[in-house]
Amino acid sequence: MRVAVTVNGTEYARDVEPRLLLIHFLRDELGLTGSHWGCDTSNCGSCVVWLDQRPVKACTVLAAMADGRSVRTVEDLERDGRLDPVQQGFIECHGLQCGFCTPGMMMTARWLLDRNPDPAEAEIREVLSGQVCRCTGYENIVRSVRWAAEHAKDAG
Amino acid sequence: MTTGFGRMLRKEDQRFVRGQGTYVDDVHLRGMLHGAVLRSPHPHARILSVDTVAAEAHPKVKAVITGETLNERDLAWMPTLAGDTQAVLATDKVRFQGQEVAFVVAEDHYSARDALELIDVEYEPLPAVADARRALDDGAPLVRDDHPGRTGNHIFDWESGDAERTDRVFRDAEVTVSQDMLYPRVHPAPLETCGIVADFNRVSGKLTVWATSQAPHAHRTLYAMVAGLPEHKIRVISPDIGGGFGNKVPIYPGYLCAIVGSMITGRPVKWMEDRSENLMSTCFARDFHMRGELAASRDGKIRAVRVTVLADHGAFNGAAQPTKYPAGFFGVFTGSYDLEAAHCQVTAVYTNKAPGGVAYSCSFRITEAVYLVERMVDVLAFELGLDPAELRMRNLLRPGQFPYTCQTGWVYDSGDYPRALRLAMDMAGYEDLRKEQEAERARGHLMGIGVSFFTEAVGAGPRKHMDILGLGMADGVELRIHPTGTAVLRISVQTQGQGHETTFAQIVAEELGIPPGDVEVVHGDTDQTPFGMGTYGSRSTPVSGAATAVVARKVRERARIVAAAMLEVDPADLEWERGRWFVRGDPDSGRTITEIALAAHSNLELPDGVEGHLDASCVYNPPNLTYPFGAYICVVDVDPGTGKVDVRRFIAVDDCGVRINPMIVEGQVHGGLADGIGMALMESIVFDADGNCLGGSFMDYLLPTSLECPSWELGATVTPSPHHPIGAKGVGESATVGSPPAVVNAVIDALRPYGVRHADMPLTPAQVWRAIQGRPFRTDLAIT
Repeated sequence: MRVAVTVNGTEYARDVEPRLLLIHFLRDELGLTGSHWGCDTSNCGSCVVWLDQRPVKACTVLAAMADGRSVRTVEDLERDGRLDPVQQGFIECHGLQCGFCTPGMMMTARWLLDRNPDPAEAEIREVLSGQVCRCTGYENIVRSVRWAAEHAKDAG
Repeated sequence: MTTGFGRMLRKEDQRFVRGQGTYVDDVHLRGMLHGAVLRSPHPHARILSVDTVAAEAHPKVKAVITGETLNERDLAWMPTLAGDTQAVLATDKVRFQGQEVAFVVAEDHYSARDALELIDVEYEPLPAVADARRALDDGAPLVRDDHPGRTGNHIFDWESGDAERTDRVFRDAEVTVSQDMLYPRVHPAPLETCGIVADFNRVSGKLTVWATSQAPHAHRTLYAMVAGLPEHKIRVISPDIGGGFGNKVPIYPGYLCAIVGSMITGRPVKWMEDRSENLMSTCFARDFHMRGELAASRDGKIRAVRVTVLADHGAFNGAAQPTKYPAGFFGVFTGSYDLEAAHCQVTAVYTNKAPGGVAYSCSFRITEAVYLVERMVDVLAFELGLDPAELRMRNLLRPGQFPYTCQTGWVYDSGDYPRALRLAMDMAGYEDLRKEQEAERARGHLMGIGVSFFTEAVGAGPRKHMDILGLGMADGVELRIHPTGTAVLRISVQTQGQGHETTFAQIVAEELGIPPGDVEVVHGDTDQTPFGMGTYGSRSTPVSGAATAVVARKVRERARIVAAAMLEVDPADLEWERGRWFVRGDPDSGRTITEIALAAHSNLELPDGVEGHLDASCVYNPPNLTYPFGAYICVVDVDPGTGKVDVRRFIAVDDCGVRINPMIVEGQVHGGLADGIGMALMESIVFDADGNCLGGSFMDYLLPTSLECPSWELGATVTPSPHHPIGAKGVGESATVGSPPAVVNAVIDALRPYGVRHADMPLTPAQVWRAIQGRPFRTDLAIT
């Protein structure tokens, strides 16, 4: 079937199998390998991208369901050569180790900060609780998001 | 002057935050095909027939590989890292649920999976043994009838320590305690599953693989030995790895299938397992049934420890540890205490479960050893009515006892244990917590305070004592200094998130006085780096970190000769300060390492026998392991109605010697503490009585999230390792080893009013709830 999805501001039209998952569409069809596949069951969140401005787990969304809609991935966080404060925060606060969960974590964090520019630690933990990190014990991820909140304008 | 050590942001993060990491699944080659594994639905069954006709007729299928296909190449079985054999694709029987039976190569991943359903395998189900405690029973199903003459499921007996002496101490001890405990089967579950891209070039005969490997050099050698390919024609690339934790040490059947698939089709073949495959078939951890016993005096002096273990190794003995140590480093079960005697006896058995056992940041089973002894110390404290922190403080080794040879022969290199425990207690406000606990109990609330103290032994070899399949555990390193003074360091170990590209550059920077940014660290590619045994058992810093310091010092000495020629003085008259050699007594006459590097490549006349250039290499064979240690305190609240445990606080004091990059050390500790919460409260791979795996997805195998983890409170002491060139010790697994007993001890402490002395992990709400049923709540059971 034909799907047309706007990804990071560019429309891509592809013939795909109806069963193709969005994560495979992004990774295999478009070569956007920044979003990762980790569990198949919506538990780990390595695959989180935005679908029409909301974080979704792309391992349990069909590419067909994204037809006519817009997707934003980690590759779109950096704008005009400037890192998003969330990206800078993860670097500054050692919010990542192996880096596998990081794109998904950052997409959710950016979504949170767009709605609440000054979230408390408890809210950050709540919002990220649908995603798993095996390396950091979450502490530095929380600090990274706080860093981003506190440096909303000066990353880059 | 550049300082090498200290907090430095990670170089590798720049690519990761942009989504530009290159993990194995990100590798895409022209003409690449995709593989999928057909797995056994039965825990134990004879294979009567495998019909692949329909699968081969699938229009997108390029090859179907079965055990018989592999048999023709003598590849149906492969050696395991423990010297056993493992079926690559089953030919005779399947021995665990999820075992590999056939492999399909197709044009895309979805088609490969489709074709699996077209393969018709006829099985004759057999009774299975899933409980290790039943594996040695008369009439127990025989797992390994492929071993000629085998009649039972026994793998090995191994003992350590002095049985007679230990028995003697137990006989005349005032107090003895005994406790059975299970360290459940858990799984490292890195977020990136295991996989490979295999590319065999028929013209050149070269095999290139991109693999999720923590030990690329060892994998290359094993591929050469197993597949009969010449080793110089094999290149193993471990690109970015999405977490390892020991899961990515072994070679898995899927890797070999993909390689054979590439040889058969002449095209690159990618195979990435899915999450269920990862949890059900790859290297699990623990599964140790333990009985611990302590002998002590009535006033709380621990005199001896005795342990018996029944180890469940699954269907193939695929545990990955040095050859001489079939139970890994469990021999360090003497813990952090000054004992008169110790003895352990480990018996290992086959069961109809997935193979493995040594993984999940376990430091070759020190996880099990530390859990055992730290749980036992709390059991003793329970019996004696002593405060568990006080009991530990009375028995910890004293600083003056190092280097300390423990009762099982391990030589602890350095430590100041009481200082670490005191610091943890001060950070926690231990005495106030106990008062608060008393008040909470008076109100009927369940608050628990758990203490653990651990000593680790990490950084295998030396190679004289430690090898895997005959490969000695020593690691090579090469350091090139370019004419303009920047450097390339090539290391044998491989990062899965530990930040080697940063910390190893810092070691060179510290030793040579050039900025860490001027040092490029190359790793994870066997064609680009010298041989070494890889990253697991917290060995990167103790072994390759030492190698890096040593090679940098070699470079420094080479630079000294060149500097002497430049300054026209005797090399013996030069002194080093970070970044430059200068003439003793004349500090203004000196040359920086950058100036020397250019001169070393120039037409400067050098003394006879001096080659020029500064490049150097070395192999580091560690004289001993390093022994990091730490004191952990966990505070929990337990809901008696639901059994739910909330971890309120976690205080962790770690001593890993000199810290190259404290930020990275703390990150490593954070991750391990989360592992501890997971294992103590949530994680377990459960099997039913028939051997069906009930933990095959993240719906069933629960991992801790940001809500289960508290905000960690870290402290540090620094006791340098006396034998490591920079005084560093490994730290990658410390917190995973040390934290589970702290959490469990806290929960059991919370349940003290019910008189509960022990409950096995994972302490899920159901497990805790069960532990207190039928027991009255009594405030008079509190520690006084």
